[in-house]
Amino acid sequence: DRKAFVVYPQMCDCLDASRPWLCYWILHSLELLEEPIPAAVASDVCQFLARCQSPTGGFAGGPGQHAHLAPTYAAVNALCIIGTEEAYNVIDREKLLDFLWSVKQPDGSFVMHVGGEVDVRSAYCAASVASLTNILTPKLFEDTPSWILRCQNWEGGLGGVPGLEAHGGYTFCGTAALVILGKEHMLDLKALLRWVVSRQMRFEGGFQGRCNKLVDGCYSFWQAGLLPLLHRAFFKEGESQLSRQRWMFEQQALQEYILLCCQNPAGGLLDKPGKSRDFYHTCYCLSGLSIAQHFGNVDLHHELILGKEENRLAPTHPVYNICPEKVAQALQHFHQLPVPEADQRHGASSADGPSAPAASSGSAEHQS
Amino acid sequence: ATMSGLEETSNESSELKEDNDFDVEVEGHVEVDYASDPFRLYMFYRDRKEWADLEPVPQDDGPNPVVKIAYSEKFSDVYDYFRALLKKDERSDRAFALTAEAIELNAANYTVWHYRRVLLQALQKDLREEMRYITDIIEEQPKNYQVWHHRRMVVEWLNDPSEELEFIADILSQDAKNYHAWQHRQWVIQEYKLWDNELEFVEKLLEEDVRNNSVWNQRHFVISHTTGYSSPAILDREVQYCLNQIRKAPHNESAWNYLKGILQDRGMSSHPGLLEQVLELKETHCSPYLLAFLVDCYEDALENNNQKETLNRALEVCEYLAQEKDTIRKEYWLFLQRSLESRFGPSAASGEPLADGTEPPAGQQELS
Repeated sequence: DRKAFVVYPQMCDCLDASRPWLCYWILHSLELLEEPIPAAVASDVCQFLARCQSPTGGFAGGPGQHAHLAPTYAAVNALCIIGTEEAYNVIDREKLLDFLWSVKQPDGSFVMHVGGEVDVRSAYCAASVASLTNILTPKLFEDTPSWILRCQNWEGGLGGVPGLEAHGGYTFCGTAALVILGKEHMLDLKALLRWVVSRQMRFEGGFQGRCNKLVDGCYSFWQAGLLPLLHRAFFKEGESQLSRQRWMFEQQALQEYILLCCQNPAGGLLDKPGKSRDFYHTCYCLSGLSIAQHFGNVDLHHELILGKEENRLAPTHPVYNICPEKVAQALQHFHQLPVPEADQRHGASSADGPSAPAASSGSAEHQS
Repeated sequence: ATMSGLEETSNESSELKEDNDFDVEVEGHVEVDYASDPFRLYMFYRDRKEWADLEPVPQDDGPNPVVKIAYSEKFSDVYDYFRALLKKDERSDRAFALTAEAIELNAANYTVWHYRRVLLQALQKDLREEMRYITDIIEEQPKNYQVWHHRRMVVEWLNDPSEELEFIADILSQDAKNYHAWQHRQWVIQEYKLWDNELEFVEKLLEEDVRNNSVWNQRHFVISHTTGYSSPAILDREVQYCLNQIRKAPHNESAWNYLKGILQDRGMSSHPGLLEQVLELKETHCSPYLLAFLVDCYEDALENNNQKETLNRALEVCEYLAQEKDTIRKEYWLFLQRSLESRFGPSAASGEPLADGTEPPAGQQELS
């Protein structure tokens, strides 16, 4: 329901630092449903996201807040879904690059925001926005692949930071980041494949986030979305035994779980029966449903639609989770522009602690 | 812990709403909410004399806001004043007190947390008291990124981890799989070298729930950072521990994954007698995990010594898993089957010169 864009009672105060996420979750859901976005709404979103952009670069959870990699990822994705000149022009690429440098750590990782926490989500957010907007340089992601690799553990999946339990969300972020950086082959792909296929629940058909935990509709994307990534990775490595029709998970069972267990009769999707709907689950259940319906790429495409033809969703790009046409269009637009020169006053060197103004995002209290 | 860290929060918040609209007298019309503020003790900041010098800053959503949140009056009031303080970069006790209110209204607002940390340092606040504060907040909201990061900063500033293991144990007693809690625990242990009693802690938790995958992960974390798995004594102890747990709970995937996890780099078939023990267990304690482990043993054996009989057994188990015992992973088991056939089957041997340039024998070696 597009009215959700303007005011929706379910949006609680707790999402006040995640408003670009709301834009992305809703826009992506609509694009999967092939619901057109009226030009006026698109323009309003652009102007709102422009107010979420920090003067020092990157996007914040709301106007006046500090920049943070998660809303930055969401904002860039939302703008690419809109895909108009106005949308692309919102992004200050030079400042965005400054922001990415400001959160880069010497060990290759990124903090989520200045003075914030490190985990593998940040590498994905950074790689996603940098590649889409063509501000990616090898130096920016120096040592990032090796840091991400340290997140792969004895289970075969990836944890949030090295040492932690393998988890679907973090595994997706780490793997997709490596794909963007062209380094996915450095992972133990076979171990990762075994781990992720084992996360599909034999009774429910949906995916769990971690071994021995419960199914959750959102993992329909974070986990199932890994299979297209791995398929491509194996293909690039010369694997000859890959299927030409199916991903290596039970596509029908996932569709059944989502359609039969994850829908709210009044609209929207959810974690599992008994839970309330929200835009996050709507986005990721639909994204997972799309993955389960569409095999292949532009050249080779095989569909498996459970139920009525109306159940068919638009395909989604397994790296960025926006529609592939929007990815292509954004890349095309931004690659016409020159890569900005980075102003590399990055890291924990400068103004710190009591003397640094709190209002700026420049104070670097986080030790590397 | 999810991508945005929010999906659990947004589910729970609708049930936890406590801050309703308070009594407001506007032109004689009074909105009463006795449940929340029966004695009208709460006063908006805009009405407080001590704040009269500060001009509140309303949120700048722009003329056509999207994803509008229906803020309560209390929320708007507090955040209007927070924005005012941020703009001034005011470093005062009243600012510090207000951050606590802003946090209570939205603990995910990382901009507020950052500001609170700046104030903690600028005002030289009592960090012991801050520890008590953050302890309470985490107990209330244990699935939030910002609260754990804040605690980590305070512990670092105090350079005192002495409360951490007990505190985290308490959080884990309420949710033994809380990802943030384990992350914080691993950080504390590694940073302050608190390894000594952790294996004991792991064993206790595994006794409480042998299926807790987070605890198995912690087991791996502790051992790999202390004794390591290289010594035969340790490896054997761990293998025996796994097999004992498997006998007690044969369908516990965590135990099987751990067994594979500790052997895979050393060679599954290298551990003497293990294959035989597993084949024995197959009769009375069979599971899809046992069968998968068998495939892995056979694959490892094939890598060292390609035997037709071993390959046949491996292919047979794959078929059994795909068609009967683990059908949800059919696509995967069939792929693995094809892959093994391709790598180790007769077609792999015939016509292809060996690494030393010679031709292989016409058929494969029979088992002696």
